[in-house]
Amino acid sequence: MRPLDETETTVVFEKLFKFVGNNLKKIVENPSDEGPESTPGSYCFRLQKNRVYYVSDALVKRATNISRKNLVSLGTCIGKYTHAGSFHLTIMSLNILAANAKHKVWLKPTSEMSFLYGNHVLKGGLGRITDSIVPGDGVVVFSMSDVPLGFGIAAKSTQDCRKLDPNGIVVLHQADIGEYLRDEDEL
Amino acid sequence: MPALTRNKKKGAKSQTPPTKQVTKPKTPPSKPQTTTLKKGAKKPPLKKQKKEVVVEEEPLEDDDEVVSDASIDAESEELDESDDGGSNGLFSDDEDENDDDDETLGDDFLEGSGDEEEEEEEEEEEGPSDVGSDSDSDSDDDDLVKQSEAIDRRLAKQKADAEAEQQELNKQDDSEHDAFRLPTEEELEEEARGPPDLPLLKTRIEDLVRALKNFKAFRPAGATRKECVEQLKADLGSYYGYNSFLIGTLVEMFPPGELMELIEAFEKQRPTSIRTNTLKTRRRDLADVLLNRGVNLDPLSKWSKVGLVIYDSQVPIGATPEYLAGYYMLQGASSFLPVMALAPRENERIVDVAAAPGGKTTYIAALMKNTGLIYANEMKVPRLKSLTANLHRMGVTNTIVCNYDGRELPKVLGQNTVDRVLLDAPCSGTGVISKDESVKISKTADEIKKFAHLQKQLILAAIDMVDANSKTGGYIVYSTCSLMVAENEAVIDYALKKRDVKLVTCGLDFGRKGFTRFREHRFQPSLDKTRRFYPHVHNMDGFFVAKLKKMSNMSKSSEDDDEAVETVEQDEVSDDDDDEAEAIEKKRNKERRTKSKEDKRIKKDKKSKSENGNVEPKARKQKKKRSEWKNEIAQAREEKRIAMREKAKENK
Repeated sequence: MRPLDETETTVVFEKLFKFVGNNLKKIVENPSDEGPESTPGSYCFRLQKNRVYYVSDALVKRATNISRKNLVSLGTCIGKYTHAGSFHLTIMSLNILAANAKHKVWLKPTSEMSFLYGNHVLKGGLGRITDSIVPGDGVVVFSMSDVPLGFGIAAKSTQDCRKLDPNGIVVLHQADIGEYLRDEDEL
Repeated sequence: MPALTRNKKKGAKSQTPPTKQVTKPKTPPSKPQTTTLKKGAKKPPLKKQKKEVVVEEEPLEDDDEVVSDASIDAESEELDESDDGGSNGLFSDDEDENDDDDETLGDDFLEGSGDEEEEEEEEEEEGPSDVGSDSDSDSDDDDLVKQSEAIDRRLAKQKADAEAEQQELNKQDDSEHDAFRLPTEEELEEEARGPPDLPLLKTRIEDLVRALKNFKAFRPAGATRKECVEQLKADLGSYYGYNSFLIGTLVEMFPPGELMELIEAFEKQRPTSIRTNTLKTRRRDLADVLLNRGVNLDPLSKWSKVGLVIYDSQVPIGATPEYLAGYYMLQGASSFLPVMALAPRENERIVDVAAAPGGKTTYIAALMKNTGLIYANEMKVPRLKSLTANLHRMGVTNTIVCNYDGRELPKVLGQNTVDRVLLDAPCSGTGVISKDESVKISKTADEIKKFAHLQKQLILAAIDMVDANSKTGGYIVYSTCSLMVAENEAVIDYALKKRDVKLVTCGLDFGRKGFTRFREHRFQPSLDKTRRFYPHVHNMDGFFVAKLKKMSNMSKSSEDDDEAVETVEQDEVSDDDDDEAEAIEKKRNKERRTKSKEDKRIKKDKKSKSENGNVEPKARKQKKKRSEWKNEIAQAREEKRIAMREKAKENK
């Protein structure tokens, strides 16, 4: 386990910025109640076996006596590096993203299951959408009852969405909670 | 049939016995029947009828059955014909019969009643026949006496008949049981040849259980209790598919009736239950959402505020969007118990020694509200993925997952560092047979021993990790999903001997107390604070929970008091500059060691009762010497202290 170096940190932050925008500050400086002391610490990012974890200080300190081979996970895993060196956010980061998301999309109940199977979000399944979405933005997908279902990349801006035919893709699927069942091995 | 008629007669006095009505129709030629309730008007004609009946029926007494049939036929006709008013009148006469002062019963009535009883087998008739056979008499008193005597005789006869019937029935029962006997070897061989005859096995099992419950009464011919038990074990094994070891241990633990309930419960599934994730939602809200999806559910029980039991569901309960979003966890009800016993507080350090798949770990995190710190350890690599996935899905952030053998954990995490430990030990799984039927055949005595050995090592490691002086904690919860005493009470007993811990109440009062003694084992009495849960009693998987509190961070010395004292004194002595005192004390220690050995030998001799006279004075002398040494040592210590004070003064 080691802290991220410069390049790695920038890459991670860029990805997060797409989804949370200026709330990135909040994420980084979040006071944490974890750890046995009652004074709140802060969160940091750590790299372990090509996976990036978002953990609080107290946890990090106490995880240092676990050897590298035997440490499996800390706090929350937010993403992993591929062999090629690019960084992808995984579904396990959904909690953090959902809490701080700038761009949100709500799905109709009928198309929830379709998204959970890994399909993209179509115009016909769209319930609500926040304004000022630019193509290429990170979007967090919710159900109508505000249950976070996953996230993706916006394919069209909000204005364009209104003009789209019902089968047009609005959000390109990146990760959804159905992966906990489908892709358990890859998490 | 006789029983039926008898009961009918017993039950309803309002039903008029046929005999009365037999007499009725014969009166019309003599006198018209009146349906008035006046006794006086009625009885004389009835009496006369009775006499006629007696006369007619005496020759027919021999053929009781024929007569009874005829009379029954006649009765049925008469019952149809009779008016309700008439019967009521007769009934009222019954009630008034005992208060009869005007009317008296003559001798005739006895004979008549005898005939009636002979006609209808084992019918109990009290008043009505008496009424019918009222006869004139001269003096009221005599008749009253005769009346009461007659009633007594009648009652006695009825009782005798009833007893006779009972005995007949009993004989029938006994004959059935006499017919039940243990199968001979030849029969067993025959059975073993073909496939097991299930209905035969089932009836034999039931008979054996009944026999064992009340061995005196229902003992099969010429069989000892042991033979019955052996046969029962074999039959249960082949009927339900258990190996002989497992069925043997279950037979030892439970009485026969409860054993049957337990085995039947193992054949069925326990109800599916889920646990609300309080980090994300509340039970009420979750229940609403699931009901909307078409799930039939109920709160789990009184003792849980987060549990829900699922009866049936239109959607797969493990694949709803709510499940995937981490609002609940599929978890058996028994798995709630160790975490409830552990009762973690916020801002504590907790270790879960065998955490996968993570149901209990996530419950702990929910109770702690994501504060504090949890070490979730799991030895098997394939299970780690499900553990991490569950933790992330449920939104748990205060957990470190590591992959160690539980026995190494104290070295990694440090001794006396942690507030609470949960050890849900790997076990034989004999309590969850309803989930996994292969346990029935695969567990042998050796495997149980191996598990027990591993569990003992793990529990010592767990105890070593806990800090006894922690402000809020110092607790270890040990739980298994097994019913075996060797894996449960024996392990706790071992821990109590090896470490300075004591048992405390789990807080789960609805379970059964653990065993304090079992067959040849004798455990410490505080073991009744542990709790056992059974499928046939609590409708959850078989489980065992124990909660230990660590009293101090030292391990218990199992050596003699002498040697313990020696070590302490030697520590003190080593600081001393006074050589003489050291030398004296060392000599004394050596002597005392040898003497203590002699003491031990002497004690053994005493036990063997060989040289009582010689031994005792020696022991006394040595005791005296020991007390002398103690005094000398005390004096030496005081000298030391004085020397230290002087030195301190000099230094100042």
